[in-house]
Amino acid sequence: MSFRKTISRLALAAALLGGLGSVAAKADGEIYFPLQSYRVGPYAAGGTGFFGGFIDYLNLINERDGGVNGVKFVWDECETEYKVERGVECYERTRSTHQPAGPAAYNPLSVGIAYALIDRATSDKIPLITINHGRTDSTDGRVFPYVFPLQLNPWSEASATVNYIGQQLGGLDKLAGKKIAVLYHGSPYGKETIPIFDLLAKKYGFEVTQIEVPHPGNEQQAQWLTIRRLKPEYVVLRGWGVMNPVALKTAVKTGFPVDHIIGNVWSNSEEDVIPAGDAAKGYVSVTTHPSGTEFPVVKEIVEKVYGKGVGNLEDKGRIGSVYHNLGIVNGILNVEAVRIAQAHFGNRALTGEEVQWGFDHLVLDDKRIAELGATGLVQPLQVTCADHEGGGAVKFQQWDGKTWNVVSDWVASDRALLRPLIEQSAEAYAKEKGIQLRDCSAANPS
Amino acid sequence: MDFLLEVLVGGLLSGVMYSLVAIGFVLIYKTSGVLNFAQGAQLLFAALTFVSLVEREVPFVAALAITLGAMVVIGLAIERFVLRPLVNQPPITLFMATLGLSYVIEGASQLLWGAQVHGLDLGIDDAPIEAAGIFISQFDLFAAGIAGAMVLALVLFFRKTRTGLAFRAVADDQVAALSVGIRLPRVWVAVWIAAGVVALVSGLLWGARLGVQFSLSLVVLKALPVLVLGGFDSVAGAIVGGLLIGAAEKLAEVYIGPLFGGGIEGWFAYVAALAFLLVRPSGLFGQKLVERV
Repeated sequence: MSFRKTISRLALAAALLGGLGSVAAKADGEIYFPLQSYRVGPYAAGGTGFFGGFIDYLNLINERDGGVNGVKFVWDECETEYKVERGVECYERTRSTHQPAGPAAYNPLSVGIAYALIDRATSDKIPLITINHGRTDSTDGRVFPYVFPLQLNPWSEASATVNYIGQQLGGLDKLAGKKIAVLYHGSPYGKETIPIFDLLAKKYGFEVTQIEVPHPGNEQQAQWLTIRRLKPEYVVLRGWGVMNPVALKTAVKTGFPVDHIIGNVWSNSEEDVIPAGDAAKGYVSVTTHPSGTEFPVVKEIVEKVYGKGVGNLEDKGRIGSVYHNLGIVNGILNVEAVRIAQAHFGNRALTGEEVQWGFDHLVLDDKRIAELGATGLVQPLQVTCADHEGGGAVKFQQWDGKTWNVVSDWVASDRALLRPLIEQSAEAYAKEKGIQLRDCSAANPS
Repeated sequence: MDFLLEVLVGGLLSGVMYSLVAIGFVLIYKTSGVLNFAQGAQLLFAALTFVSLVEREVPFVAALAITLGAMVVIGLAIERFVLRPLVNQPPITLFMATLGLSYVIEGASQLLWGAQVHGLDLGIDDAPIEAAGIFISQFDLFAAGIAGAMVLALVLFFRKTRTGLAFRAVADDQVAALSVGIRLPRVWVAVWIAAGVVALVSGLLWGARLGVQFSLSLVVLKALPVLVLGGFDSVAGAIVGGLLIGAAEKLAEVYIGPLFGGGIEGWFAYVAALAFLLVRPSGLFGQKLVERV
């Protein structure tokens, strides 16, 4: 082990002991992102990749452009180990810092932490970004003004997956009479799509069986034997962490063809397939962004961030991996929201409330995506006051034993079907909490 | 009927994997009365060390030898810096010490080798064998063979070697063992090293099954109901307990699970163990303690 690695690991240990690792200098007039990261614990592989990508993008903007419109980004890391109570503690510790602007937004990458912060962040007027995950009905910005499940909420993901399976069978009408099993993680995240799969089964006439795998998912013999008895055409895997490779290995053990397993957006990384070895060959999964280093923005990060020795990933082989690229995409969306907000409020450090306005008006079209060097990496997005998802489409990728290969074009979700259900659920939440609905027709008529 | 048999066989083979972890607990408990909660962390450390060495192109056998050496050093360190200063302390103090130790070892493992997940290929084909319409995992059969060999080796060790007999004497009565000249610290060192070896074997097998990642340390949770059922101080109990828990939880998941919405195997094993505890507190094979008060 090199001296540099030893030093960096000791630094990590010191950061953990301190609870809060200050990565950048604190100063007024800077845009501040408090990061509730997880670099140790069972989900550290995902955490290091995602937060590594996010920090790498913020560093790129600082190094290349001197910040956004001359205002630099700063951030703190607070270790959560993916634990809700630690996530909340980190929030409480950072929410009032870096005044007068305060935190620009929180990006916890944890459904549990996000759920715990919804009321707090809303009351403190700080955006809570839950890219590709989170509470589905928080898509309804009338009820959840400060929560943004950007790109893809869980129901859209379920709908797009069924649409893809329909394509594979030769059309949505071919779904009738078929069997689909959904293997889900026994957590609020895993259970989020149960009603929507039931609804889609009813709409298209297929038979759905939803099977829970208890946390952490390191034992699935019983579930896969049940699947073997059912003989479904497809299995949708909604896993997390160790559950994913174990599912693939157990599928092989019980004779289920891996190329008929469709993993969701949290079952789609290199970390999910490498431990499964040969068992993962042919496995298909959802993605909102391909892996790879061929995108200009990733190349710039390699050249201008890693080239200057300030790259966040210790293992450079992980640059361009699924989690790292997701972190970069998350960075792009956060920075673009800040840029849009600055165009409205002025080129200075912004409050959370002002950054929320930027997210509320976040638009990424093909032209802007090309300017950012992210063509093919980020999907066109239009967030509005009422719609905090903005995208809702996915691609599908297949693991060949070494890399992920994209095997489909963008597959859209059935937003017309989902939107009334999202509104219904959000309105019920608003009623329960006594929340007054925002009038989005006035605030953002788009 | 075929399906029932398939679930049963799958459960028994999973149970063998639980037994592998439980044996490490039994070894420590039998000789020192300590419930070593750090067994899972030791397992993680062993697997992570081995796979990290192999990935750095250290030959398989050399990586195994180095990892074994590391487990010996850990065993020595635990005895010297944790157990010896706590000698004569109540069992709950020792248990808490191992709980703390588990966090230290987990943290040290990630600090030393990083947080990445790794694949571990032991060269055993995981394709199923079909026998009379039932799929049986080749890997699980291999693991069962390893578990059987390990139990046999432990039985021979306990019965035929001086150290093994010393283990048994200490397990039976520490004061009596001391009075006949058995050096307790040396026995403890030996038993922690033995537990380290068990952790290495089970770490490699579990690592090949799950991938080598932090979640490996959570497999201890699968061993606890096995120990309650089989008895904390019996190697045979660990095997039988593992088989019973493995089979029961799989059958329960498939046949009772749907009544509760599924996902019951995580807690069913504990319910079964709790029910058994009420009937037979020392477990199936555990030593019944009678104390004069």
